[in-house]
Amino acid sequence: MSDAIISLRNISISFDGESVLENFNLDIENGSFVTLLGPSGCGKTTTLRIIGGFVEPDEGDVFFNGQRINDLPPHKRQLNTIFQRYALFPHLNVFENIAFGMRIQKKSEEEIREKVAEMLRLVSLTGFEKRRVGTLSGGQQQRVAIARAIANDPKVLLLDEPLGALDLKLRKDMQVELKQIQSRLGITFVYVTHDQEEALSMSDVIVVMNHGVIQQIGSPTDIYNEPKNGFVADFIGESNIVDGIMHADCDVEFCGARVPCVDTGFAAGEEVDVVVRPEDVIVVPKDQAQFCGKVLSTTFKGVHYEMRVDIPGQDEDWLIQSTIAQTEGDEIGMRVDPENIHIMKKYTGDYASDIDFDDTPEAEE
Amino acid sequence: MNKNRRVLAAPYALWAVIFTLVPLGMVIYFAFTTDQGAFTLSNIIEIKSYAKTYATSIWLGFLATVLCLLLGYPLAYLISKLKGVSQRTMVMLIMLPQWMNFLLRTYAWMTILERNGLINNMLEKIGIGPLQMINTRGAVVLGMVYNFLPFMVLPIYSVMTKIDNRITEAAQDLGANSFNVFRRVILPLSMPGIISGITMVFVPAVSTFIISKLLGGGKEMLIGDVIEMLFVGNAVDYNVGSALSLVLMILMLVCMTIMNRFDDSEETGGLMV
Repeated sequence: MSDAIISLRNISISFDGESVLENFNLDIENGSFVTLLGPSGCGKTTTLRIIGGFVEPDEGDVFFNGQRINDLPPHKRQLNTIFQRYALFPHLNVFENIAFGMRIQKKSEEEIREKVAEMLRLVSLTGFEKRRVGTLSGGQQQRVAIARAIANDPKVLLLDEPLGALDLKLRKDMQVELKQIQSRLGITFVYVTHDQEEALSMSDVIVVMNHGVIQQIGSPTDIYNEPKNGFVADFIGESNIVDGIMHADCDVEFCGARVPCVDTGFAAGEEVDVVVRPEDVIVVPKDQAQFCGKVLSTTFKGVHYEMRVDIPGQDEDWLIQSTIAQTEGDEIGMRVDPENIHIMKKYTGDYASDIDFDDTPEAEE
Repeated sequence: MNKNRRVLAAPYALWAVIFTLVPLGMVIYFAFTTDQGAFTLSNIIEIKSYAKTYATSIWLGFLATVLCLLLGYPLAYLISKLKGVSQRTMVMLIMLPQWMNFLLRTYAWMTILERNGLINNMLEKIGIGPLQMINTRGAVVLGMVYNFLPFMVLPIYSVMTKIDNRITEAAQDLGANSFNVFRRVILPLSMPGIISGITMVFVPAVSTFIISKLLGGGKEMLIGDVIEMLFVGNAVDYNVGSALSLVLMILMLVCMTIMNRFDDSEETGGLMV
């Protein structure tokens, strides 16, 4: 990538003997919206802090516009950060919070006033200049944090789970707004989140991370439709991951059925992981079915029903989604279109423990 | 519920009336009466002759406060940056001398500073003649700083530990070097601690009488010494003594009001206290 504004080369870092990032390489293209996505403890925040200059890597180099910036302290880097829980200055009002960076640059009072007004318009907080930040709601504080960071005209904006503390409705609105701000200003966003939906809806490029290692880099559609391994498939949206055997190109056997698919390049007889998204399972009359199973439970989710189906001879139930509810206890037939069957090399890790992030120690904070 | 809660305050309310309001009333009464109990302003007028004593007391108290701030602020900052155990140890070491009797501590300084004391003995060995250290203003200020330093360090320290690390990082992120981080973030956010530190040092330093007596040799009386003398000494005069106390109280009140004004203008408010 020739147009990389930030490049991380062979970055390794460990805290208290525990490796957080290992031989990490990443190029971030100028003007793009890049999301680092992964469970807590996967090293995504550490990556962001290395770019911001708050953490020094044990090994490896950080480049900014082709220049090595390992030794450059945070205040000299041309990027700004939106911190988790905003970190606004409690002793300053909204105006002074936004003006903070410009005051340090000793800009003229007039210039500062103009810029702050412009920023407040951008985040729809005009009229809030004199308010103390402690009196603002979470969403308003978030907007002030955004305005404060972009008032410095950074080349790159780093966002560390900026919407994590907001409620669902507000989060959705802010996602749209952030995306709009990004495309209007044309600056590079590096966004950290563990929320896959947020990542899918906002990003140009998603970097899926686990245990300090990049699992997949790609566009949201690539990541969703063509997950590279079971971890990505499991982490991005819900999926059924089952064991399968490739008999030949475009010919796979799983769950007791031999069905056509579109994947090629596997050895004949190779054991593989087969991923099927719940929404790709179609309920059909039994005589047209590839698979049969018994409905264990039906849950109404708003847009669709979510059902657990027991497939005979399988350890794990299937999760399927449909707008039509099935009766619990019924035997149903199912089929999957060839292009919706995703075949991938066996993933050696244990998905369940990998994404059980409530128990993972937060090494990065 | 509300009524029940008010009952809880009753013991202290009683205490406050007996030991705060009544004595205050008595001080005011004595200050404005003769020893026969007739109203007079002569006590207040007589205070003029103590103007110099007031000035000296406030000046020495001010010096001690400034020194405490200069010593205490960096110390409090450093302690707040230490990790768990060493932080607790340092706070403990600051507190430790306070567990020893105040008089004892001050007597100890006498033996260190006196003509045949520890320091002069050592100085003589290296050929520097005995220095006059005890019974000087310097010794008095030293005694004040030594005794009151913890009252400066602790409130500043407790405010400093509450400053979120991310806020200083945010300042760095926005382009602030260490000096700017200090001036624009740490200093204003620690202002409430500084204010209460100054209050807690300045008030006892100005009204002290033991320190000036023991380390100043009674040569130069501070306002506390005068008040003590007028109440329990050989020149008993409750009326003038009360007038002096009253004026001292008012002077301190004025000083503190000015200080708090300063605090408000920094917009720190009650947020960090």
